[in-house]
Amino acid sequence: MMKESAGSGLPGHAGAALSRRGLLRGAAGFAGLGALTSLTGCSSSALSGLTTSRETAGSVEYWNLFGGGDGVRMQDMEQGFQKSHPGVGLSAVTFAWGNPYYTKLSLATIGQKPPDVAVAHLTRMKSLVAAGLVQELSQQELAAAGLTADKFSRRPWEAGLVGGKVYAIPLDTHPFVMFYNTDVCKKAGLLAEDGSLAPLNSPDAFRNALSKAKAVTGVTGATLAITNEIPTPWRIFQCFYSQLGGQMLAQEGTEVTIDDAKALQVLQFLRSLTAQGLIPPALDYQGSIATFANGDAGFFFQGEWEISTFQTAKMPFGMTLFPNVFGGDKYAVQADSHTLLVPRQPTDDPAQRQRALQFIRSMLDQSKTWAEGGHIPAWLPYRDTPEYKQLRPQSNYATADAAAVYDPEGWYSGSGSNFEIVTGSSIGAVLSGQLTPQAGLAQMRTKLQALASTPSPI
Amino acid sequence: MTTSTVERGRATPAPTATSSKARHEDRAALGFLAPFVVLYLLLIIGPAIYGLVMSFFNTSLVKPGLSSFAGLGNYAGALSSSDFWSSLWHTIWFTILTTPPLIVLAFVLALLADRFARGRWFFRLAFFAPYVMPSAVVALIWLWLYTPGLGLLEKGLGLIGITAPNWLGDPAWAMPSLALTTVWWTLGFNFVLYLAGLQEISRELYEAASIDGASPWQQIRYITIPLLGRTTTLVAVLQVIASLKVFDQMYIMTSGGPNFTTRSVLQYVYDEGFTNFRVGYASAVSMLFFLVVLAVSAVWFRLVQGQEKEV
Repeated sequence: MMKESAGSGLPGHAGAALSRRGLLRGAAGFAGLGALTSLTGCSSSALSGLTTSRETAGSVEYWNLFGGGDGVRMQDMEQGFQKSHPGVGLSAVTFAWGNPYYTKLSLATIGQKPPDVAVAHLTRMKSLVAAGLVQELSQQELAAAGLTADKFSRRPWEAGLVGGKVYAIPLDTHPFVMFYNTDVCKKAGLLAEDGSLAPLNSPDAFRNALSKAKAVTGVTGATLAITNEIPTPWRIFQCFYSQLGGQMLAQEGTEVTIDDAKALQVLQFLRSLTAQGLIPPALDYQGSIATFANGDAGFFFQGEWEISTFQTAKMPFGMTLFPNVFGGDKYAVQADSHTLLVPRQPTDDPAQRQRALQFIRSMLDQSKTWAEGGHIPAWLPYRDTPEYKQLRPQSNYATADAAAVYDPEGWYSGSGSNFEIVTGSSIGAVLSGQLTPQAGLAQMRTKLQALASTPSPI
Repeated sequence: MTTSTVERGRATPAPTATSSKARHEDRAALGFLAPFVVLYLLLIIGPAIYGLVMSFFNTSLVKPGLSSFAGLGNYAGALSSSDFWSSLWHTIWFTILTTPPLIVLAFVLALLADRFARGRWFFRLAFFAPYVMPSAVVALIWLWLYTPGLGLLEKGLGLIGITAPNWLGDPAWAMPSLALTTVWWTLGFNFVLYLAGLQEISRELYEAASIDGASPWQQIRYITIPLLGRTTTLVAVLQVIASLKVFDQMYIMTSGGPNFTTRSVLQYVYDEGFTNFRVGYASAVSMLFFLVVLAVSAVWFRLVQGQEKEV
């Protein structure tokens, strides 16, 4: 931003001359772009944004938010669709993750130019449905495409229903997991004879494992993204807090129902880990990855999607369920799911919708590609195969999908939402020692209360 | 505001020509201005008016239309929100931290660079180069420099025995760190303005002064600084406005953290408008911020202008 943005008005003669010339050049470039796209005849999104109608005959327009390793896999799957459906054109558009994506999806749908299929997090899809931006999928058309409830893992399927109706098809579950350095853990005596990690199912076992790992590396026990990081502190808190059975919100977000005793217990436990030097209180996202990849930590806590990072780093690592420290015999873990949905279309075109469902089906049929990237497939025809069970370390934590705890319902909640900003900031401040657990909890409650009492804009 | 700075310098053309010729020239001028005026109306004035209208409604990002009328509810909500006031303070704090170094340093560096008869182009390029980079690139470079545990700054300071702070993670250091990045990034713009101003000053004045026995310091104090008064006004006003508009650096480098301590008012607008879908409320906050910028600029402009006249 700063001075180069429009409206700041570069002053002076030089500025005026420059901007006039720049404008002409820009205009010429724009015209050239238009000519180019019309010449090649491709209906680019830039051009379709300027015209009133979109070329939809026989093609599928698909929007997603996948970057990094996920982005590469998604492109493979898009190519897979084009190979299996040569008669159907596909134009896939990838936007930046999070709010920029949801803003564009909402505005395009309101502006009657929605894509045919779009990805949405399960926790964000709910608000889109509430805003009336998502097409309901009828039992008949789902059955015709072979997308019936019995083909999906129960938890993501049921969590995705709104009022018992189907609006989105779950592609996966992506839980918070535990990465461990097998060399470090072996030296620390934490591995069982078969090479698997001994369970860390109590606060003491958890703390012990981290201090043993620290003794081996000499640097730290585990790494966690805390500095300049919003969702990660929330995710690890939510894992422990939901293992204790705690709830954050009720009545679709209009009521804050934090259980102070449980929340405090978790915050104190988390703070004790950073205070005792078992988790560094000041690492950012990249730093938490780099420190673990360098072998300076025994454990790393993050979503399973970081698997490709460590595979690329060719380091000795394993992955398993995030430890059930507080849950006893009942396991719970923070998670979300990617879903595929059909945004509300300006005109009802059954053929177009059928193509959309074909595309969704094709994505599910390629669940193997997706699962290799770490996500737990929701599509049982692949999830139940021996092939997936042998996919290591991905299938180690496959049971997390049944124990998934999604962000609570509410118009301000979900992946990348203000709910995560408010909770993540408070918890992060506790982890880094800037706030006491009591103060962090109080801040979280006050800010959530303000959101809960705001009338829903949806 | 900024245009008046420039136009003050020009003499108003006397109305001597015949009126028909003047009108003809007016029309030609309008013709030349049209492309800009049309875009300006379309992209700046239009949305601003729409924003003003929205600020009185409960407009939602995910609903078409303006939604229900809110009266002054959005304004009342903003004024009673501690988040609004704290984010406003963060923006002002950032402005306070960045404006003085961006003026003084730019002046000093321009003065030094101006001494080089040969190779001045190199300094001009070297100081201006960062300014050409997009904010995202600058933010990423500095994120790596600041990264705790691995960053170059921390390692570098460690070598000479200084324990580096947690630049972006410590609430006390986060804003100064962002200010440092911004100074490095945007210094070049003011530097170039000053350098241009310096080259406008006639060499004869310095010659005369040195014959009269003025020391280099006296030459700077009594020739350079007064004659650069106009440039300083321009730089100062532009700088304050630019600093008040801060958004990118925080958005990319700290997301407003740690624990909201670097959330600027524009990020608050973004959070409310785009994350919370409350466009009506966000518009009201924008309007309030607009008033603040207007007031600050007016006062600041008067102040700097007054000083210039004194000199």
